[in-house]
Amino acid sequence: MSVLDSKIPEGPLKDKWTNHKNNIDLVNPANKRNIDIIVVGTGLAGGSAAASLAEMGYNVKTFCYQDSPRRAHSIAAQGGINAAKNYQNDGDSVYRLFYDTVKGGDYRAREANVHRLAEVSGNIIDQCVAQGVPFGRDYGGLLDNRSFGGVLVSRTFYAKGQTGQQLLLGAYSAMNRQIAKGKITPYNRHEMVELVKVDGKARGIIARNLETGELERHSAHAVVIASGGYGNVFFLSTNAMGSNATAAWKIHKKGAHFANPCYTQIHPTCIPRSGEHQSKLTLMSESLRNDGRIWVPRNMEDVLAIREGKLKPTDLSEDKRDYYLERRYPAFGNLVPRDVASRAAKERCDAGYGVNQTGEAVYLDFASAIQRYGKQEAAIARMENPSAEEILKLGEAVIESKYGNLFQMYEKIVAENPYKTPMMIYPAVHYTMGGVWVDYNLMTSVEGCYCIGEANFSDHGANRLGASALMQGLADGYFVLPYTIGNYLSNEIRTGKISTETSEFVEAEKEVSDRIEKLMNIQGTKSVDHFHKLLGKAMWEYVGMARNEEGLKKAMAEIKQIRTDFWNDVRIPGDKNSLNPELEKAGRVADFLELGELFAKDALHRNESCGGHFREESVEEDGLQKGEAKRNDKDFAYVAAWEYKGEPSDAVMHREDLEFNDIELKQRSYK
Amino acid sequence: MDLTLKVWRQKNREDKGALATYKVKGISEHASFLEMLDVMNEQLINEGVEPVAFDHDCREGICGTCSLYINGEAHGPDRKVTTCQLHMRMFKDGETIYIEPWRSAAMPVIKDLIVDRSAFDRIQQSGGFVSVNTSGNTQDANALPIPKMNADKAFDVAACIGCGACVATCKNSSAMLFVAAKVSQYAYLPQGQVERTERVLNMVEQMDKEGFGNCTNTGACEVECPKSISIEYIAKMNREYLSASITSEK
Repeated sequence: MSVLDSKIPEGPLKDKWTNHKNNIDLVNPANKRNIDIIVVGTGLAGGSAAASLAEMGYNVKTFCYQDSPRRAHSIAAQGGINAAKNYQNDGDSVYRLFYDTVKGGDYRAREANVHRLAEVSGNIIDQCVAQGVPFGRDYGGLLDNRSFGGVLVSRTFYAKGQTGQQLLLGAYSAMNRQIAKGKITPYNRHEMVELVKVDGKARGIIARNLETGELERHSAHAVVIASGGYGNVFFLSTNAMGSNATAAWKIHKKGAHFANPCYTQIHPTCIPRSGEHQSKLTLMSESLRNDGRIWVPRNMEDVLAIREGKLKPTDLSEDKRDYYLERRYPAFGNLVPRDVASRAAKERCDAGYGVNQTGEAVYLDFASAIQRYGKQEAAIARMENPSAEEILKLGEAVIESKYGNLFQMYEKIVAENPYKTPMMIYPAVHYTMGGVWVDYNLMTSVEGCYCIGEANFSDHGANRLGASALMQGLADGYFVLPYTIGNYLSNEIRTGKISTETSEFVEAEKEVSDRIEKLMNIQGTKSVDHFHKLLGKAMWEYVGMARNEEGLKKAMAEIKQIRTDFWNDVRIPGDKNSLNPELEKAGRVADFLELGELFAKDALHRNESCGGHFREESVEEDGLQKGEAKRNDKDFAYVAAWEYKGEPSDAVMHREDLEFNDIELKQRSYK
Repeated sequence: MDLTLKVWRQKNREDKGALATYKVKGISEHASFLEMLDVMNEQLINEGVEPVAFDHDCREGICGTCSLYINGEAHGPDRKVTTCQLHMRMFKDGETIYIEPWRSAAMPVIKDLIVDRSAFDRIQQSGGFVSVNTSGNTQDANALPIPKMNADKAFDVAACIGCGACVATCKNSSAMLFVAAKVSQYAYLPQGQVERTERVLNMVEQMDKEGFGNCTNTGACEVECPKSISIEYIAKMNREYLSASITSEK
């Protein structure tokens, strides 16, 4: 038997969560007051978990590297949050949300977890509305919905293009309520730099106060990691500059298995790179694909003329445009899932049809949507024979009300008006489906150490559907972890206060200070960013949208070399006992340099194409699906959880076989 | 483009601080302002000088972390943007640019261009929430229709990113736009009614305690606010406050 025990409850799928909740051990309210919990990260998952746990009566300490919990990168999520409310009466249900999520994840997610997620999705909306989150509404005062890529129903709730912000501020307000009561102690501008284990159990962390550089010991009866994904291993991604994998990687090195690191989501609609100075990429919400049509010119001479500035995209007539998603996938068109849309853009650009200087951009065009809405509004206003100008004006107003902030953002970055000329977009790294392996209770393979939100691996399989990240973060934090953690903590009521003076804490702190000392003493010649960019280049080149054996082997060797060079030649100015952003970055990049190699190793072993992981060796040879990704369920329908063994290349894989009892495994087709 | 940068350097909270001059060359007009600072810092690292510390994170104008006072304006010369969304095409080749931190007694400098905005957190903790348990056992989200106009207005103010530009730009260092945004959001929503009176009293009290100044209607805050939050909400908060101070039973 595998060392991985997923602890999925017995019984029919739809009853598992209910039965499990009925059987979970509870902690008496008086005892909760004596139990401490550390939550690392204050995004949607961490923030909602901290608020809920504090409200239940536990003593919570939160840690975030930002100056306030409100700034966690969940705030940047734009499009929306899914919930199986079926308010639109279009046939949605818990089962359908479950089904879409498993299918969208290319059958590499754990069935029971996904069903639970779909079950609690409706509660999230109720909860957030009760907190005063201003979701978009219709004129009747009821909640409005959008549709999103990869599904056939409208189940996405939104607050303009700032849904993540509004939900995070909701969780932040719930946290504030508990901070005011003294139930949460927030440690902002603090970074977790080590996990402390006592007798095999997670008992605390070492945190670095980023303002003073001081190392602090914090003990707790359980540690919850909610530190987000590892997209910044690519250097350029839509993640925040500070987003990092350090907390997740530290627990991995202390015994938590790391699952499916190769599952990365490359988001199709981001603003293309403008040059070498580029520090990060900006996402344009996928919701834009509801109304935008994606195309490149049909003829190469038009492509070249556009690049040289001799031709404008608006000059090209319909027959000279190739709406390649509508052409290849008539059933889903521009709303195919993210991985499919991204690869299709890469295919066109690799073939030479990219429309900007770098050859890495395609158009996202709103002209027909503006016309459509304009006519509709004119009809509503009972205008007779509206002029073309009036229609344009009305149409643009509708687009503005839906995507105004996104259009403004685009205009500020690119200096072009997307109402008048099509946007240029290109795929970029956005989200990581892989992460720390957890069981059904969200506990990692380290006892007492939990992992929630993007940081864990459990719900999205090999590809995440749009508007599901917010759903998972809040589901884990509000409605799953607060229940499941009780099972473990019910055995901790006799533990009492945990001392931070024990040898385990002393050693862990020493380990950290030695590591910092070592970094500071290298005094080499290159900046941290120099190495981070090299790592990013190797990742994007060989472990990006399409991967093959030769490239992956090359990537592993290259990353190892970059890591060696980093530890010999990095230069970190300033001192360790003060606010030192370069030192912070160095610690994070050191971890990425290890994670990147494991990432490539995982991608190498998974010799199939599934979801965001596309192996060039595994494509359909013929038929309608020719050239599309080919999954291999016979050999690869499992979770690959890697155990740390010193060097990333020595990591040992454990398999958790995925069982699908309620869903038939099908090749995904969006044709 | 080539630029001369006058940058505020300050070792720590106690240090007095001063402007330092650095030159950068060959900056692309497509680079963002913070990417220009990245280039400057890379250069400083190579010269063995400690790079300039500045706050930044999402770099897409939503987290509210970045906070620079550029040529005497919060978030620089462009409108409706945060510093990270400001692009170098707004500047001219050969220009001298002054870069300073937010200045306010209630937001002290921690290092170089980084300030301590924890006062904002404490104001939110004093009442910026609806006291509802996170059990999920609330009523159905659609059980209580909210007029679209109210929901939209609540959203407009909820868009505040808490960057502090309003305070930095105000000659009184007033945080009233920031506080008004939260007070108004809940005042427009049915969920905010129960605690409406106490909320505004508590948040204003905390705001005063932190040492922020009062509003004298110069309107600078709404000009610099990257999310275009209107000063009319300060008027709304004043009405809320007045009526609360009369009706509160405390």
